[in-house]
Amino acid sequence: MGIIARVKKNLPSWAKKIFKKKKARIGIYGPPNAGKTTLSNRIIRDWSGDTMGPVSEIPHETRRARRKEGVVVNANGATIALDIIDTPGLATKIDFHDFMAYGLDEDEAKRRAKEATEGVIEAIKWLDDLDGILLIMDAAEDPFTQVNVTVIGNMEARELPLLIVANKIDLPEASPARIKSAFPQHTVIPISALEGYNIDKLYESIANHFG
Amino acid sequence: MSKKKTKKKRTKKSTNQKGIKIDLVSGDRLSTMASMEKIRLILDMVRNGSIVILERGLTPEEEAKLIEMTMAEITPDDFSGIEIESYPCKQRTTFLGKLLGKTTIETRLTVVGAANQLKTLKRDRDFISALVSARS
Repeated sequence: MGIIARVKKNLPSWAKKIFKKKKARIGIYGPPNAGKTTLSNRIIRDWSGDTMGPVSEIPHETRRARRKEGVVVNANGATIALDIIDTPGLATKIDFHDFMAYGLDEDEAKRRAKEATEGVIEAIKWLDDLDGILLIMDAAEDPFTQVNVTVIGNMEARELPLLIVANKIDLPEASPARIKSAFPQHTVIPISALEGYNIDKLYESIANHFG
Repeated sequence: MSKKKTKKKRTKKSTNQKGIKIDLVSGDRLSTMASMEKIRLILDMVRNGSIVILERGLTPEEEAKLIEMTMAEITPDDFSGIEIESYPCKQRTTFLGKLLGKTTIETRLTVVGAANQLKTLKRDRDFISALVSARS
């Protein structure tokens, strides 16, 4: 944390309001099928009545980063205008055979795999142009993946704010506590982007964390 | 004469043995290399079928760059990417660092292999269990 960030952190609440940021460019990151686009759609629908893009059970549905500007979030007396970047799922390997398991023919699977590799590169490049990120994890999966470790490491190295969103808490096998114990140095908000569980808590955290 | 022949045969047999090559790169060697040199070295070794163990790992930015370059090299039926396993970085703050708001990031052991050779079984903050197989 830099000097300015450290001073800000220790300010009384009245003084913090003076220094509050009014606008932030936030990237939504995570592995494929964690629910990034579902969450982007929910945030945008709740605050501007629009949507970001289609969702699918086939991994790497989002293969180009999508941006929605000027989404104003009001929560708990704090207001922030967000530029939201919904990024393609990050991965260290992409095998076209995995797509064929979802019924895609070989040519379509290879095309999707190629586009998915380009999407990962695009998502990594966006890291240089953000004010903070929401890192979405599937609360029913093991949180200790290399993608999660790399994204968190990059945000810590850049000294940029990060909120971990433990998504899919509507699933019976979900365990947000496992995510909290894996990354105890960061705030973890358990939600279901699909069902809307705990979404107001997420909006409060966004307004406080990125403002 | 016959002894010589036997020796020759044994040597030939040992080079034909199937195995998994492991390349261990010391922290000292890594510290003399530029980021792109490290990434190129890792990808070349992995694509040649080696499992690479880096004594002190890569910085988070270098890890992101490694993923980026891996994506650019993926080709159907040839190379589907890498499996990379590292312990999370440690952040250290000295007294002077505290005053200046500076933290030092300490990278840790990292294992990299081709996705079809290295499979993570279990990992947490201080433990990695992986299955390594010969090239398929």
